[in-house]
Amino acid sequence: MNRGGIAFLVMVLPLLLLAACDRERGSSPPPRKGPGMPAYGDAIVAGSIGEPSTLIPILATDSASSDISGLVYNGLVRYDKNLQLEGDLAERWDISRDGLTITFHLRRGVTWHDGGEFTSRDVLYTYRVTIDPKTPTAYADSFRQVLKAEAPDDYTFRVTYARPFAPALESWGMPVLPAHLLEGKDITKSPLSRNPVGTGPYIFRQWVAGQRVVLESNPNYYEGRPYIGRYIYKIIPDSSTMYMELKAGGIDQMGISPIQYQRQTGTAKFASKFNKYRYPAAAYTYLAYNLRNPLFADKRVRQALTSAINKKEIIHGVLLGMGQVAHGPFKPGTWAYNPDVRDFDYNPQRAQALLAEAGWRDRNRDGILVKNGKPFQFTILTNQGNDQRLKSAVIIQYRLKAIGIDVKIRVIEWASFLSQFIDKGNFDAVLLAWTITPDPDIFDIWHSSKTGPKEFNFIRYMNPEVDRLLEQGRSTFDMDERKRCYFRLQEIMAEDQPYTFLYVPDALPVVSARFRGIEPAPAGIGHNFIKWYVPKEEQVY
Amino acid sequence: MIAYLLKRILLLIPLMLGITLITFTVVHLAPGEPVEMQISMNPKVTAEARERLKEFYGLDKPLHVQYAVWVKKLVMLDFGRSFAPDNRPVIDKIRERIPITLSLNVISLLIEFGLALPIGILAAIRRDTLFDKGMTVFVFLGFAVPTFWLALLLMYLFGVTLGWLPVSGLHSLGSEDYGPFLWFWDMVKHLLIPVSVAAFGSLAGLSRYMRSTMLDVIRQDYITTARAKGLRERTVILRHALRNALLPVITLLGLSVPGLIGGSVIFETIFAIPGMGQLFYGGVMARDYPLVMGILVIGAGLTLIGNMLADIGYAFADPRIRHGQGR
Repeated sequence: MNRGGIAFLVMVLPLLLLAACDRERGSSPPPRKGPGMPAYGDAIVAGSIGEPSTLIPILATDSASSDISGLVYNGLVRYDKNLQLEGDLAERWDISRDGLTITFHLRRGVTWHDGGEFTSRDVLYTYRVTIDPKTPTAYADSFRQVLKAEAPDDYTFRVTYARPFAPALESWGMPVLPAHLLEGKDITKSPLSRNPVGTGPYIFRQWVAGQRVVLESNPNYYEGRPYIGRYIYKIIPDSSTMYMELKAGGIDQMGISPIQYQRQTGTAKFASKFNKYRYPAAAYTYLAYNLRNPLFADKRVRQALTSAINKKEIIHGVLLGMGQVAHGPFKPGTWAYNPDVRDFDYNPQRAQALLAEAGWRDRNRDGILVKNGKPFQFTILTNQGNDQRLKSAVIIQYRLKAIGIDVKIRVIEWASFLSQFIDKGNFDAVLLAWTITPDPDIFDIWHSSKTGPKEFNFIRYMNPEVDRLLEQGRSTFDMDERKRCYFRLQEIMAEDQPYTFLYVPDALPVVSARFRGIEPAPAGIGHNFIKWYVPKEEQVY
Repeated sequence: MIAYLLKRILLLIPLMLGITLITFTVVHLAPGEPVEMQISMNPKVTAEARERLKEFYGLDKPLHVQYAVWVKKLVMLDFGRSFAPDNRPVIDKIRERIPITLSLNVISLLIEFGLALPIGILAAIRRDTLFDKGMTVFVFLGFAVPTFWLALLLMYLFGVTLGWLPVSGLHSLGSEDYGPFLWFWDMVKHLLIPVSVAAFGSLAGLSRYMRSTMLDVIRQDYITTARAKGLRERTVILRHALRNALLPVITLLGLSVPGLIGGSVIFETIFAIPGMGQLFYGGVMARDYPLVMGILVIGAGLTLIGNMLADIGYAFADPRIRHGQGR
């Protein structure tokens, strides 16, 4: 037996060499790509790097938890495929003329997965438990703006604010929790965190720790029973493994990297088994300058830095072209995005001219710019584990070297990065990314009141006009007025360059070709998940 | 003997306390806080919400108070609740992962010993033959090849190209409905690559060690005597040489016992096996102090107990040690 084992291992070695030759052999017949009739049944297996932490949404902050919660629960409102708010558990809502009161008219006949009826009591409970100081939640703040919340009857819920607050509407997209199961209990110790009960299209079935979460379609869902019978969320922490699972048929859906999209999925075989999608992700990567540092105090210096950085080259090199240049903090194509604003294109001559104007010259001919005896040197910090950011920093380093700026790069583990550098304002420049929320309120990142320790305007950007526009933009429900505010905001930022806005990457999901009915939209592909289906003859599970 | 045992056990208590004190301090010295890791740059979270979270976890109290609270619970074998948002008891999180890691490690260890010992013995007997040299190359190849690389190649070959074995995980979907035999076979198929890779990587040390102790033994006079008596070579090697050559190897086996509950992060990550390595690594990255401390305490406890058992076992096994102590 031992010898057999040795022989097995010896045999493996030549096989390895074969494996390196990337042969593709498969046995399954190519699926038909025809329309096929919608049918109930089958299962979708989605791959995820992370495991959900808790399925009580107000306690979770990770994306894996919200992936699951999004299918199990509903909020009062949600974003539709065009990123416009629409009613979910609220059939409609009225906003009083002064913008202070929002009245939600709730859907009737919606039931919880355990059979109980959904009423305004559940909404009131969700609000109360979120603002309860004993609840360790990260989401209390927008609810705390509420002056008064009341439920005049079972199907009406009314909130009153002290002043008009535009992001308020969005905040009611928070999943509604079942009051009849949670009221009067300690939410942090509730069994619902691993066994949730919601109103959503999928019912929780099973959670095998570290392996998978299984959901089953809800036959009584208010929008109709979803076609796909089961949703299996498989936890695979390594992305190379996940990709192999995809190719081996172990999972049906995952997000792939630009290199996989461009270089490894071009075969006819892949195309016959999978559909690839591509749309801008809701995030942008930026290089932020610490404005406490005198080096970056001069606007012309920041403009010069942006002019010296070739954003297209970064997108080409880091994302293999799978992204677009960012000119400001909003996602191209959304209503708040100002298409007329263009910041500084790549132009090293202009960069040098701007730096010379600001007093930076190469006085000792060593290739490094000097002002008042000080060479132009700074360090870009970025967090460990994000290869795209590190590569971007290297390309920036190379381009800035060319105009006489000496850049060092330091990669730091995330926890230390936040506590030792960001929170203490102890950095020159950082390369990070922000998520772009569907609501354009970016008060917390840019307002001058948010420059305190542990707040998010950590570069200490202060511009009175920006402050005014941010305040105005969040205090009205009038879309045209908000649009004016945010358009002007982008003009100012393009001029000020507090960040060099680098790029908006593309999201690159892949879904097995047996799933039909997928409609890519500005919101991505998940918006009509309950309408996805597998034709009867192609179902595998 | 009983007095000696009691003394050893009582000595464990201050030792354990010292270990926890040092680890507790070191763990808290690492920059960053669990609260920060949870909200990690989410602009919707204000300073007030952070304070609330800190208070919830008791992180607003001074360190020595936190330690006292933690030790007080530990005495009653309560490892506390995790600082992750799920807030589950630490012991539950460990309990659901230990069986997986433990059984994987035991299987790998069995295969490792099962292969490395014969390799070492054969290499010693047939010293300087083609077999010996070939095996040296083979085991060092296993030692030198990065595990993750080999694992990925094997997964690609057997999982994707050939489609013989599953790529990752422990069970197939729907394996709950299989009969016991199919269920077991399904798990065997899942474990084949991970266990082979783990064993292949660790063959070198043990087989070389076995080879050299064996060589030492067969050069000794009593082996010559045995041969001179006209015993068969098989009997000489297996009955007389092997017994003595195995003694140091048994010590080695004893040393690997505490390692049985430790998992390898890279390994578990690549094969998507939910073991202790991932749990610990995730806990450290998220600054989940109770979880990290819980795993460390269990690890330290097992090491101490393992050492003690090894000492006692040694005393029983080796008459020289046993008699030396008696005097």
